[in-house]
Amino acid sequence: MSAAAIPAAGPVREPWWRGLGRFNVFTGIVLGIGGYLIGALVIGHVLSKGIPAQTETNQNDIEFVCGILLGIVGFLVGMGFLNYPIARLTGAAPTLREKEEKGIARYFTLCTDHKVVGIQYLWGVLFFFLVAGLNAMLIRTQLLYPTEHFWSADNYITLVGLHGTMMMMMTTSMVLGPFGNYFVPVMVGAKRMAFPRIEALSFWLLPVAGVVLLAAVGAKGFPTGWTGYANLSVQAKLGMDCYLISFALIGISMALVGFNMLVTVYTMRAPGMTWTRLPIFVWSVIATAFLQLLAAPVLIAGMSLVLLDRVVGTTFFMPFSGGSPFLYENLFWFFGHPEVYILALPGFGLVLEILPVFSRKPLWGYRLAVAGLMGVALLSFFVWQHHLFVSGINPDLRPFFMFTTELISIPTALVFLNAMGTLFRGKIRFSVPMLFALALFFNFFIGGASGVFLSDAPSDVSTHGSFFVMAHFHYTIMGGLVFAFFGGLFYWFPKMFGVHLNEKLGKLQFWLFFIFFNLTFFPLFAVGMLGQPRRVSAYSPSLQWLNDWVTAAAYMIGLSFAVFVVNVVYSCFFERRRPEANPWHSKGIEWQLPTPIPVDNFERVPVINASPYEYGTPEAPLVANLNPSHAEVVAAGG
Amino acid sequence: MSTGGEGGLKVPPELRRIAWLWLVLSVVATPLVVIFVGPLLPPGSASDAAHGQQQDNTVMVAIVVPIMIGLLLYFINALIMFRGKDEADALTDGPAIRGQTRVMVLWIATTFVIVLLLAAWGAYELFPGEEGAGGGLGSAPISVALPANASSALPVQVIGQQWTWTYRYPTFGGVETTELVLPVGQEVRFSVTSIDVIHSFWAVHLAVKADAVPGNANVAFVKPVREESSTVRCAELCGLWHGHMTSRLRVVSPAAFRAWIAHEREKWAPIQHYLPAYKPTYAPEPTYRAE
Amino acid sequence: MSARRLGALLAAVLVVGGGVAIGLYVALFLEASPPPVQAAVIGRRVAALELQTVAEVGHGENSFWVSYYARTPGHKWVHSTILRVPAYSLVHVTVYQYDSATGLRNPLWGQPRGVVGGVMYVNGKPVKVLNPELASHTFAIPELGVSVPLPGVDEEAPNQCSNAPCTLAEAHNTITFTFRTRGPGKYRWQCFVPCAAGFIFGFGGPMQSIGYMDGELEVQSS
Repeated sequence: MSAAAIPAAGPVREPWWRGLGRFNVFTGIVLGIGGYLIGALVIGHVLSKGIPAQTETNQNDIEFVCGILLGIVGFLVGMGFLNYPIARLTGAAPTLREKEEKGIARYFTLCTDHKVVGIQYLWGVLFFFLVAGLNAMLIRTQLLYPTEHFWSADNYITLVGLHGTMMMMMTTSMVLGPFGNYFVPVMVGAKRMAFPRIEALSFWLLPVAGVVLLAAVGAKGFPTGWTGYANLSVQAKLGMDCYLISFALIGISMALVGFNMLVTVYTMRAPGMTWTRLPIFVWSVIATAFLQLLAAPVLIAGMSLVLLDRVVGTTFFMPFSGGSPFLYENLFWFFGHPEVYILALPGFGLVLEILPVFSRKPLWGYRLAVAGLMGVALLSFFVWQHHLFVSGINPDLRPFFMFTTELISIPTALVFLNAMGTLFRGKIRFSVPMLFALALFFNFFIGGASGVFLSDAPSDVSTHGSFFVMAHFHYTIMGGLVFAFFGGLFYWFPKMFGVHLNEKLGKLQFWLFFIFFNLTFFPLFAVGMLGQPRRVSAYSPSLQWLNDWVTAAAYMIGLSFAVFVVNVVYSCFFERRRPEANPWHSKGIEWQLPTPIPVDNFERVPVINASPYEYGTPEAPLVANLNPSHAEVVAAGG
Repeated sequence: MSTGGEGGLKVPPELRRIAWLWLVLSVVATPLVVIFVGPLLPPGSASDAAHGQQQDNTVMVAIVVPIMIGLLLYFINALIMFRGKDEADALTDGPAIRGQTRVMVLWIATTFVIVLLLAAWGAYELFPGEEGAGGGLGSAPISVALPANASSALPVQVIGQQWTWTYRYPTFGGVETTELVLPVGQEVRFSVTSIDVIHSFWAVHLAVKADAVPGNANVAFVKPVREESSTVRCAELCGLWHGHMTSRLRVVSPAAFRAWIAHEREKWAPIQHYLPAYKPTYAPEPTYRAE
Repeated sequence: MSARRLGALLAAVLVVGGGVAIGLYVALFLEASPPPVQAAVIGRRVAALELQTVAEVGHGENSFWVSYYARTPGHKWVHSTILRVPAYSLVHVTVYQYDSATGLRNPLWGQPRGVVGGVMYVNGKPVKVLNPELASHTFAIPELGVSVPLPGVDEEAPNQCSNAPCTLAEAHNTITFTFRTRGPGKYRWQCFVPCAAGFIFGFGGPMQSIGYMDGELEVQSS
């Protein structure tokens, strides 16, 4: 929104349509459509000639996939991602010209300013979050009745798949995208990310993936939910290709983000930014980045293999032709379980960042928090088979995976201890960010406790694949990550946009969200235990009243998001309350900088003198010395 | 960065009251929950597996209740006690406490012990001597996972297909039925398979769940202990009619079971010789793309 | 333009655009359902349904797909599988079978069941069991226990139908049977023969599409 406040002016005015010809979203879309047409109608058409399974079934996966892949390449070329490599090949000097753009137009181009990317991510993620949320409303509408009433069974399953996949895809970037890109360089005292063009690429893959996934609606949908189990996925209709390609794209984006974040934090910390002075949010980003870097390639592999099965006719997952559906389950969950922590960890980091500010205490047990985050990250690679307790895996493995899964509650409990210690004898302020942060602990406790039931192999027999699981992971992801996201958004909105979000509307949103979130998902534990499997379009009539209750409460969650949208529009355009330089009286380095943060963040590389949690220590210096002398830089080891 | 030496593990005055409250509440609430809520917990007690899982759930609820009470008490107490009295007070800093080593050690030790207990209990419950778990054990469960009377168990094959369940009774001439009927008090050995995509056989009241994976026979044991009717559902998304993939399950007296199976054999006699010989798994045509 | 005006504009765009977008999105999922076909009432608590199965639709977006068609009381063939029948009634079903045999994945469905007398009539002759190899489709309502195999036509027969709806002049089998409905509600029905050529297990595409080889039986209180 701050973009609107900055006049879109250059020294020379030119007609607005002139700008369309340069590399931006518009050219991207044009080349993308062109790429699709060439891929589908020319390349795919030629390749699929004489293959009856493709040409005589009204389901030509070869044409469709060629079209989408070339369309994606076309879009990226149109966005200008090849300009720099080609320029370098032809001998041009290295530049970061994409950073220099001004005005609102830069949000629709390849921009390498990490703050622009952060804001692009914010609106992109929010858009897809709301679309996926709308899907959830439609799913709940169907479940008002025990048989199909509003949507037919196939449309219902597609809705379920779209909701799940889009949420899983978008929420991986929900914190790392907007806040990671915007604040990690600032928080470590860097002028930019390590790889600004990769950063831009990781964002622009997100809308592409979102659009490709939504295209599944027009391609007869897909029936597999977000897990995309083979061999059902090999059998599925054309829309399945959309799922596979978009999820793989998000996998690429995730790996790139992880790589970029890690390198940035490792190599670009300002002098004096020791590991123990790193804000805890950055630590959570590191832990998440590790997971993304190591888990996402497995996802990409899994998606590619299913795509090969569908398009080329390989049989990796075809049970009667030498393949195995178990292979897919293992590939998927080897990614899928770390993925869950990719969603949870940044949320922990965010609330631990918020808690000290609003209780005016140092973060209690900083090293323990770091150990907790890293411990979760490490353990999450050793638990994936708890998704397969009843699948027919070797039963001897069940105690092991039960144990590793339950071990995760130790590092998770550390985060609770950090919170409890930080609140102790603090001066607690119940501002909106703090409310969201505190709610996370309530929700995540229920999510975690229900997780213990699921990790327990005997109990899991009944709860597996039921609404119990569904309630569990909504408690951890929605109750954890989404609450943390809104906490972070209310906390940093003044910094990012120079506007203070309305507190009253914020509190209204919070209480609506918190109350009805619990009223929605808590009964679902019972629904699952009473025998309602996930993803069903029809259920036992005896469970109708519970389902109706849940649907009514779910609509109220939808209302709470509507309040949020109203809040943004009202605060940005009508109230326009300019925040003080440091509205929350935070010691964080980002609040030492002017608003909006200048293009290069720091005029000179700063020297870090203290941790950002020095509350209660009046003699502690400011976190950053923004204008250090040469001697100070040398003294700090720069 | 932890300062550690703040006088050992003495409970700070702010917490003394709630420590007592926690103790009293936990001591009162936990047995109440175990005694009154435990027997109501799903999945009930219609089979040995269901009973075992109910017991398991009761243990976990009993562990969760005091933790939940403790956390709620702590947070509510802290939020009331340590809130900023007014705007100015809320902007003064609290004391710079950065951590107490003993608290951390105690916390980690406690959670570790709880986790060990849970894992040990869960693993113990998996042993079929302790009523079994009812979950799919894979195609070749090792002997330690088998119930004592496994050899005398009634074998029942469960075949999933898009989108219905059928059941074969190999000891009754391999008759195939569309309804699942079991004799009460008899150990049953399910062998669950699929002839197309992955399904999951979920006999809700019996607390049995085993994925039906094509080309794989997934074995699960259960002993129904009560005569009642319920529903079998599919618990793994398998395509269009996943939500409708149900079938009826009846647990009846041994005599009624014998009468029923005789009737079924007569009813399905015309198709019987077209059925394939009983095998753990089937790979019907087309195994790949249909011609 | 002042921020306030811009905000008002944006709010208006959000409300109108968002509303329209949501409406369109919802409509996207609402469409697709084929029109319901009412069974002809031929007596007190007796209704009649006429269906046909075709090897391929022969035209349109899914020209290669195998499909069911249903006939309205006005004797018009409609491309639909949404059938409306009265509750607690006998339903006489006549299926004109124009497709050739594929064979069943699970041979059990070769035996008609859930039909009155346990018998179906193929071209007038009573049949108690069909060789599963000869099944071309089945008409099955699992929740009512109804399952009837439909024998395929001879592939060598002259005058094969290639464009739906087919006419009685083309090679076909006529299968009749009667089943009884229970109380009002919505039941799914489907085919159990892997008849979707070119798809995995013969069960993709039309086999997973309402309006082709899957449908809904809406039992209505009369």
